[in-house]
Amino acid sequence: MADTILVVVEQREGKLNRVSWETITAGQAIAAATGWTLEAAVVGAAAVVGEVAAKKVAKVYAIESTKLEPYTPDAFAAVLKQFLTAKQSKLVLMPHTYQVRDFVPKLATAMRRTVISDCIGFKHEGGKLVFTRQMFQGKLAADVSFAGEGPWFATFQSGAFRGDKAEAGTAAAPVETVNAEIADGVIRNQPQEVFKEAKQAVDLTQAEIIVAVGRGIKEQKNIEIAKVLAEALGGDLAASRPICDNGWLPMDRQIGSSGQTVAPKLYLALGISGAIQHIVGMKGSRTIIAVNKDSEAPIFEIADYAVVGNLFDIVPPLTEEVKKAKS
Amino acid sequence: MKILVCMKQVPQKDAPLKLNDAGTWIREDVSYEVNEPDAYALEEALRQREKHKGEVVVITSGPARAQQVLREALAKGADRAIHLEDDKFVGLDAFNTAKAFAAAIKDEQFDLIFTGLQSDDYGYAQTGVILAELLGWPHATIIMQIEKNDTGIRVKRELEAGYFQFVDMPLPAVLTIQSGINKLRYATLIGIKQAKNKPLRKVALAEVQSAIAENLQKIEKLYVPQKTKKTEHIDGPPAEIAKKLVDKLRNELRVL
Repeated sequence: MADTILVVVEQREGKLNRVSWETITAGQAIAAATGWTLEAAVVGAAAVVGEVAAKKVAKVYAIESTKLEPYTPDAFAAVLKQFLTAKQSKLVLMPHTYQVRDFVPKLATAMRRTVISDCIGFKHEGGKLVFTRQMFQGKLAADVSFAGEGPWFATFQSGAFRGDKAEAGTAAAPVETVNAEIADGVIRNQPQEVFKEAKQAVDLTQAEIIVAVGRGIKEQKNIEIAKVLAEALGGDLAASRPICDNGWLPMDRQIGSSGQTVAPKLYLALGISGAIQHIVGMKGSRTIIAVNKDSEAPIFEIADYAVVGNLFDIVPPLTEEVKKAKS
Repeated sequence: MKILVCMKQVPQKDAPLKLNDAGTWIREDVSYEVNEPDAYALEEALRQREKHKGEVVVITSGPARAQQVLREALAKGADRAIHLEDDKFVGLDAFNTAKAFAAAIKDEQFDLIFTGLQSDDYGYAQTGVILAELLGWPHATIIMQIEKNDTGIRVKRELEAGYFQFVDMPLPAVLTIQSGINKLRYATLIGIKQAKNKPLRKVALAEVQSAIAENLQKIEKLYVPQKTKKTEHIDGPPAEIAKKLVDKLRNELRVL
């Protein structure tokens, strides 16, 4: 029997998380390179099964239990351990979401296996499968391989593959419903309702121009110079996480995995080093201009225009030039 | 409450990194600092102790240099420290690191274990969750608030895109702490002085060797990432850079 790849898609309240499509694209690419069979699994929420079965996958498993809602790491790890122990998948792929981060290390540990987390790609060379992941906040990359038996677990960073490239199947894939058993006492956490802190005052996802500041701004009072530039450009002011952690700008101005994901026409990054958690929130921007004094800052890896220099020297004359150009 | 805080020493954020000759790791001659989320984990542990009494113990693994992280934690107020000291700890995967920690604390009884949500070097975001599973404890990740109650704790989990969730859970438990959960304190002069007399237990690799095994994942190659994007450098004095950028904004990006 050929080895199988299992993509575990993520859904919330009966809706597929769009990063699930990216993981299916990744699974299809690995299946094409290795000749392995690609299958998918939906944990809870049978409603999304049809959507997944329409993609080019050999089979879709609908893993069901009344105890899967609301999400708990105990329940998810328990049902997937049961399932994978029975199915013997060689490779298990998931999106690197906060939810997956919460349960997949537990699941792998319960099976005495490992997870190569937050991957951005894979290579299949000479029969060996390696996964590429960022290290040292994106300054370096590593090719990582699995030692030992499957199932091998890997998670993919948001944006690593194109979700719209997930191939459709010629016919709907067969669906098998799997009823999972979760014994009493397995679930220890009691989650409450999901909520938003305050009504998001600022919707940066619609912004065409964003001027974002990072640690390089150094002090709260210096944010003013970025604000003036944003106003001159007719854009919105945003920030990387540390700025909001410090309370220098409100949390609803934060770009990145814990904040908003944006794709403006112009993203002007001032004093932002480009930690992975920030980059996943803005790498879809059409044009990225980065100003940073550290020429090795990871932000320059994804910048269209790079200015290596002190933002305090560059931003004031830039603001003046923008004002001149607009008048 | 007795709280263990797992801390890690990582290269400084803006330290230039050089690859070793084998291309499997970085050269050791860089400046190090405490992994930032771990600093928040320590601060939270100290605050919980201030509210509920108890003890804060800090643990790290790594070569002699890593002791600096523990000394700083003791200076900020941690009561004692455990150092798994050996160069080889640096190359362990998250599963082995967690197993080594579990072995080193087997005679301790903690109510809570905190880790930062991920490290700035490997960035696995796994060690805390793995440790919980090895100990058979519940866990919760990316925590922004912790309140003790009659049955255990209520924690606030950060979800994606600005969402949050409260979770009630029993003790003992493992929590991975998000940066920004609190405001960090500085070590005081008295604290630094007192730290010198606080207990620091060293654990040799041999003591935990039986708990760890071959890594389940292997770094085949570490390298400078290939650029996928063509980047145009804008150089010159600031006034000239400003003019060049405005030219791009107007004529190429057409946003002005």
